[in-house]
This record gives sequence, C-alpha cells and structure tokens, in this order.
Amino acid sequence: MGMTLAEKILARASGQERVTPGQYVTAQIDLAMAHEGLAAVFMNLARAGWTKVWDPSRIVALLDHYVPAPTERSAEIHKVVRAAVKQWGIQHFYGERAGICHQVLPEKGHILPGMLIVGTDSHTTTYGAFGAAGTGIGFTDMAYVFATGKLWFKVPETIRFDLQGKLPEGVMSKDIILSIAGKYSAEVAQYKAVEFIGPLAEEMSLASRMTMSNMAVEIGAKFGFFIPDQKVSDFLQGRGQTSFPLISPDADAPYEAIYQIEVSSLEPQVAYPYSVDNVRPVSEAQEVKIHQAFIGSCTNGRLEDLHMAVKILKGKKVHADVRLLIIPASWEIYQEAIKDGTLEALIDAGAVIGNSSCGPCFGAHMGLLGSEENCIAAINRNFKGRMGSQKAQVFLSSPATVAASALEGKITDPRNYL
Amino acid sequence: MVYQGKTWKFGANVDTDAVIPARYLNTTDPAEMASHLMEDIDPKFLEKIKPGDVLVAEENFGCGSSREHAPIAIKHAGLSCVVAKSFARIFYRNSFNMGLPIFASAEAVEGINQGDEVKVDSEAGTIENLSTGKIFKVQSIPPFMQQLIEAGGLMNYVKKFKMKTE
Repeated sequence: MGMTLAEKILARASGQERVTPGQYVTAQIDLAMAHEGLAAVFMNLARAGWTKVWDPSRIVALLDHYVPAPTERSAEIHKVVRAAVKQWGIQHFYGERAGICHQVLPEKGHILPGMLIVGTDSHTTTYGAFGAAGTGIGFTDMAYVFATGKLWFKVPETIRFDLQGKLPEGVMSKDIILSIAGKYSAEVAQYKAVEFIGPLAEEMSLASRMTMSNMAVEIGAKFGFFIPDQKVSDFLQGRGQTSFPLISPDADAPYEAIYQIEVSSLEPQVAYPYSVDNVRPVSEAQEVKIHQAFIGSCTNGRLEDLHMAVKILKGKKVHADVRLLIIPASWEIYQEAIKDGTLEALIDAGAVIGNSSCGPCFGAHMGLLGSEENCIAAINRNFKGRMGSQKAQVFLSSPATVAASALEGKITDPRNYL
Repeated sequence: MVYQGKTWKFGANVDTDAVIPARYLNTTDPAEMASHLMEDIDPKFLEKIKPGDVLVAEENFGCGSSREHAPIAIKHAGLSCVVAKSFARIFYRNSFNMGLPIFASAEAVEGINQGDEVKVDSEAGTIENLSTGKIFKVQSIPPFMQQLIEAGGLMNYVKKFKMKTE
C-alpha cells in the first residue's frame, strides 16, 4: 500500500522506508521557526545546560506578534530575542521590516515541498500550502529541537477533502474552510493530517491555499497539505530556490476518511462567537451591528485578500460608526499594495492601515475591542477575550464579507456589492 | 502515580485563551500564569479549588494556541491532572512536556458530575469515581511519555538523563 504526504515526509525524516499511522517516530527536523517565543526557548536551553544549537542555518527567528513593541514589557522581550539571536549565531533573523512569520518564511524562500518544519506557533500548518509538513509546537519542544534537531511524532492518520466545483463570485477559500468546520466540527481533523485535493484545489491560487492550510489547525489538524505543483515551483524559483522535488501522495495511499466538498452553491460563511465551528451562511446572519472590521493576519492578509476588499470598497465610504483596520501580512505585500494603488483605494474608503504584524488578531495591540463591541474579522479565531475585552465578540468571515460589513455597519452579504 | 481530588467540570472546546487569556501571554512567571487560570470563564475559580483537585472537560480540551502557558497555569495552580473526552493536539504534547498528567476517557467524563471526588491511577489505567463507586478505563500512554510525566516534564527529563548536544 502507498503512503500519504504525511507518511512519506515522516518516513524520510525518520530514516525509514515506510511508516504507518499510530507509529511513534523520532524525526530529523528540516527547519525550525520561532517568533517572540524564542525568548522562552533559549531560557529552556540555558536551564537544561545546552550551550549550542544543532544547526544555526536551519533556524529562522523573527519578530511578528507585537511589532513595533506596544509595551515596555514586549520591548524587553524583543531585546532578549535580538541578543539571543546574536549570541547563538542564528543565521536567519527578521525584525520589524518583514511581517508575519507564515507569510515571511515562504516569501524568503525558506519553505520547500517535502520539508518537515516546526514552529512555535499553531498556524505553522500554513506551510502545507507548499507541500511541506509544518506543525506548531511549544517552547519546550522547540528547545529540544534547537539542541538536537530531532523531535518525536506520532504518525497521523490522513483525511482528505476533495474540493470540486467553481467558487461563486464573492465566495473565497476562507468560506470553504469555515463551512468545513461548521459542517464537520472543529475536531474533524483532531491529531490527523489533512490533504486538500481535487480540481478546485489545483485551480486555487497559493494565497487561497495558504488560507485553508493555515486554518487546518482550527479543525484540529497536525498538517494541512495541498499537493505542490507548478504554481509552487514558479513561486519558489523567483526566491532563490532552483532545485527541489515535487512530492505527491501515492494513488493507493490509505485515507481514514474522504469528504467530497462541492462549492458551486456555497454562500459566504460567518463563524459566530466563540468557536470556529459555530458557522452559518451569511444569508442566515441575524442583524449584527459591527463596531470594528479587520482584514489581516496569517490567514487573510495577502494581496488577493486586499484586492477583494478594494473591489467592494472602491469609491465608497466605510460606515461612520465602523473602524476598518487593514494589516498587510508582510512588507512585501505592503509594498506591492502601495505600488498597485490598493492601499490608496482602501485609505480613500476610510481604512486604517497597520504595520505588518499579527496586530489585534490575538489581542496584543493595534485595535483591541472594548466591552459590548463586535468585530467582523478575516482572521482565524473568535475565542472569548481573544481580541481585547472578554465581553466583546468576534465574528469570522472572508475579507469580502468583512469589507461589505464595514460599509453597512452590520454583517452583510458581499455579493450585494459585486 | 495516583491523583485524587474534587472535580471541576467544564464543557467542550475549552480553548487556550479560556485557560489563560492571551493578554497575559508576555509573562514567563508560572505563578502569575496560574493566577489567571480560567478567569474569563469563572473569575472566582482560583478561590474555589484545592491542591490536588482534578479538572474535567468534554471534547477538544486545550484547542487553539501553541503557548505552553495553558498547561503551566493548570499545573502551578495546584490541580493534579486533567481528564477530558479528548485533547487538542498541541496541548496534548505540551502537557507531557510540562509534566502535567492528562487522561483521555469519554466514558469517565460522562460518568463524572461536577464536584464528584475521583481517584486516577495512571499505572492501573483507571479512573475511579469515589462519589458513585464507578470505575472507568483510561487510554494507555506510551512508556516514553509516562517517563516525561514522572520526571516532571521534558526539560527535567533531559537533565535527568544528562542529554547534551553532540
């Protein structure tokens, strides 16, 4: 019997011909990523008496969760990270002028198909959009990786989502992943690898794929793969990478479950508080007043997301009672959005543009919510208290639905504006 | 190991921000993390619990962030272990690495009411509800991970076995 992408990568990384779900393996890590959590990683290393890292060229460090530092305490953490990067000789470091880790690593050519990648961030699954096995781990696991280059894994079962049909106008890949969470629950992929395949997966842009791989963790997944193809090759060849194999699952690979997802009649989706699987189509959204609208994060801060917002907002004005925040996921995106007029159109419509970082997504800075306030956000989580007040509510949707809602001051179907 | 205490029962999808809100994430002090345990769900939770008490929850406990603050806060607040129908993947790993014992058993959770006294025996693989007399089976834990718990977490395990960089 053949192997899935997760099985192939874990077999290669653990030096075995094949592995099977349920088996525990010790695997060699190809790339380790740490953001502000680096401070805690190095504290663990020092405490355990380690004096050097396994391979400084295979570690990428960056600052993205709170840049520029919003508090004295975060400034101190940044100081610790910068000093640690120098002290331990980490070769790849990105400071204030880069953006969110999961956007920056692919842009800088660090992510290749078939790699096994761990990061101190749950959304490390994003690299699955490039055919890499990326997954989030804690600071202690990361300290172990920094020291040894290895980590134990339980080989996951793989489930497959076969994506078919044509996405209707105003419906985005974000709506597909929200509808999957709504239909099959936030646990459908618990401790499993996910493969998104099928004609629609092939047709999708890398940006759209990244949104779904990113949110694979929100349905519990360890990895969230698309099969790497020519689009991945083209993206990487412009980024200093010339030779790498494209990996794909075997035709007779075993899947624990296969779900057929037909999108031709899919509506824009909204996840209500406080769980990603509390989803209803926008047509069933009750009149929900919006105080803040946010497009950004590792989920939806890419150029195609901003372009969709422009399509809806161009020549119009954001509702007087709504604050619209837009944060491009990286400096590269920020600069492209300046050059092609995207940011000008968004500012004309009344948007506030933030520095490339995680922003308010996880509640640290740049647009937190007060009590009894509602935010519609093109991000990944709507947990209680995540974006400021525990008495605030976050509704998750696509950038299109965020933009349309910003115009009307209530949750709005973007198809009315397309 | 045997863990015994009063149970505190929560629902499904208790996320890492509910265990300890993200606004406290830029601390590295375990005592401070523990002082915010579950405060958005129940601001008086810390006043109610006693050392050794057991946290019980439905499905997908610990979903969300990869931050270790969640298991650290539970452990340092004095709770002895967590019993849930299922755990989110990253929380599951992090708990072993932090030395927080966790046990997955859907039937045990069904058979425990808020406030029941339970005894969890990790070697026997059982959870006994002392209030009702019922005994439940627990999913077994691989030996390596059992050693992590016994050592008090991954870093202590590493020290204990004097693992060093080559």
